[in-house]
Amino acid sequence: MNYGFVNIYWRDMIRFVRFRTMLFSSLLQPALWLAFFGIAMSSSFDSLMSGVPIPPGAHAVGYLTFMAAGIIAMTTLFTCLFGGMIILFDKNWGLMREILASPMPRDHVIIGIGLSGMTKSFIQAIIIMVFGIIIGAGFFVGFSAVQIAIAVLGILVFVAVFGLGFLFLSAGIAISMETPEGMQGIMTLLTMPIFFASNALYPLNAFPEFLKVISTYNPMTLLINGIRYFAIGDDFMAMGTHYVYTTNDILLSFAGLVAFALIMYAFARWRFHKAVVT
Amino acid sequence: MVAQPLTENEAIITVENLEFSYGDFKAVDGISFTVKKGEIFSFLGPNGAGKSTAINVLITLLALQKGKASVAGYDVAKDPQKVRESIGIVFQEITLDRDMTVWESLEFHGKLYSMPHTDRRKRIEELLILVQLENKRDVRTKNLSGGMKRRLEIARGLMTRPKVLFLDEPTIGLDPQTRMRMWDYIKDVNKEGTTIFLTTHYMDEADQLSDQISIIDNGKIIISGTSWQLKNTLGQDIIYLETSNNDASIQLLQNLSSVKDITTKSHGFLVSVHEDGTKVLPTIMERLHKAGISIDTVNLKKPSMDDVFVYYTGKEIRDEPIGKSGFISLRPGGH
Repeated sequence: MNYGFVNIYWRDMIRFVRFRTMLFSSLLQPALWLAFFGIAMSSSFDSLMSGVPIPPGAHAVGYLTFMAAGIIAMTTLFTCLFGGMIILFDKNWGLMREILASPMPRDHVIIGIGLSGMTKSFIQAIIIMVFGIIIGAGFFVGFSAVQIAIAVLGILVFVAVFGLGFLFLSAGIAISMETPEGMQGIMTLLTMPIFFASNALYPLNAFPEFLKVISTYNPMTLLINGIRYFAIGDDFMAMGTHYVYTTNDILLSFAGLVAFALIMYAFARWRFHKAVVT
Repeated sequence: MVAQPLTENEAIITVENLEFSYGDFKAVDGISFTVKKGEIFSFLGPNGAGKSTAINVLITLLALQKGKASVAGYDVAKDPQKVRESIGIVFQEITLDRDMTVWESLEFHGKLYSMPHTDRRKRIEELLILVQLENKRDVRTKNLSGGMKRRLEIARGLMTRPKVLFLDEPTIGLDPQTRMRMWDYIKDVNKEGTTIFLTTHYMDEADQLSDQISIIDNGKIIISGTSWQLKNTLGQDIIYLETSNNDASIQLLQNLSSVKDITTKSHGFLVSVHEDGTKVLPTIMERLHKAGISIDTVNLKKPSMDDVFVYYTGKEIRDEPIGKSGFISLRPGGH
């Protein structure tokens, strides 16, 4: 058994901790989103929605609670899409040659980068949850300690699979690119539709039909389904929309994310085995 | 400087009709050579001659296109994984993570090659001392000088004690003291059984270190042999002497079998020899001594590797300094 991926992981985490500015900005950015966008939007939306009747059995949640789940997903998306950037830097500045010429199987680079990106996403997700609750997001309301633990675990599992999918995609793109600028361009192109064609900030039901289809199968939406299910509950009312999640819905969302991550892994593997770095 | 005679060692690198093209451009055009186990082999050529491409195929960073190549008994096309396990590499360009420390760079490398923990830590300490970076272990590599980076990379390449060590211009940018030190260490590693595959632009380095030299240009190998054989293709060694009695000396030396020709100069005379001048010189000195003739000045001029290189590749390398020509001066009465 080769533990090469642990080495890649170790090195990427060293860099994460070492770059203080990067570390703090990556932790602060989601909190700022919540603090400014969240509070501003929730104060206007909540007053707009105040007259909407609530169906029996469902509990109403404010916009801040609704979008906090979206912010966890957004932060994971950004962190993971850019998580492969280090591979491009290594490719341009040499270390990738040393790695590819070593006996370590190339798959371990992908796995190591995946795991370190996942760790960063975990830290960020927990910070958003804690900060969100502090400023008033209604997460885990009425949960017992055990239920909270299970819910947090559930959220992290969803974040992990989603995050790995995008980290693999990012790694696969990075090893194929020549310049950071090019990679930046592709990432920006990808971020827009994935983020906005999802239920992160608003419900899908008012979307035009084609956009609704795309959004429903968007991994971002699948992740947010999972987060809301675990953090808010299986029956709630938000943004004038009644959300009901069955266990089946959640299992299907999860299966969708697993499929996505596996396909992205295959993509990254293919790119790495084709990669020529001299 | 005198090459050791070839023993019947097995080949550790075998290359047959290797070709490699980038699109229409043939970077390597059908080269063949073997490197014997335990040798220090120098691969010389001007920039763009095809050296790096050939090396990249041997270290499996480029996929084999045409021909055959095996390293440490493994075919580079069929068994790249085994090849990688058997080799160490010091790349031509710096391949360090700027934001890792010296120690971390070595630790990372040891782990890449699955070195056991205790071996790894022990070797890191040894090598840090060898390359005199023991006080820099916690310094990030971006804060090292060029020479220090190079030393760190050499230490890294030596960590795994590979069967074959590829050194692609390893001593660029090092001061003479550090180069000497590196040579000594490279020789030690070689004595312990690691075959060395060296490319360099320092001709004196190739001359002093290698058992075998191949010169490549335009993708083809132009000539191969020991440094002595290569220099011999250019012409003989020349010995310059000034003695207390030049005429008598010439009389004495003329009929020596190793002496080819003697030319008189204003204060002395030039003796061109058939054989290695360093071996003929003691005989000459002994003969003059016995005849009671004292020697005032001796000078031995050998064709240098620079001369050989420029003769065969037709152009000097301009971006790297080249070593001094091979004048060896001896004091009168010296041994």
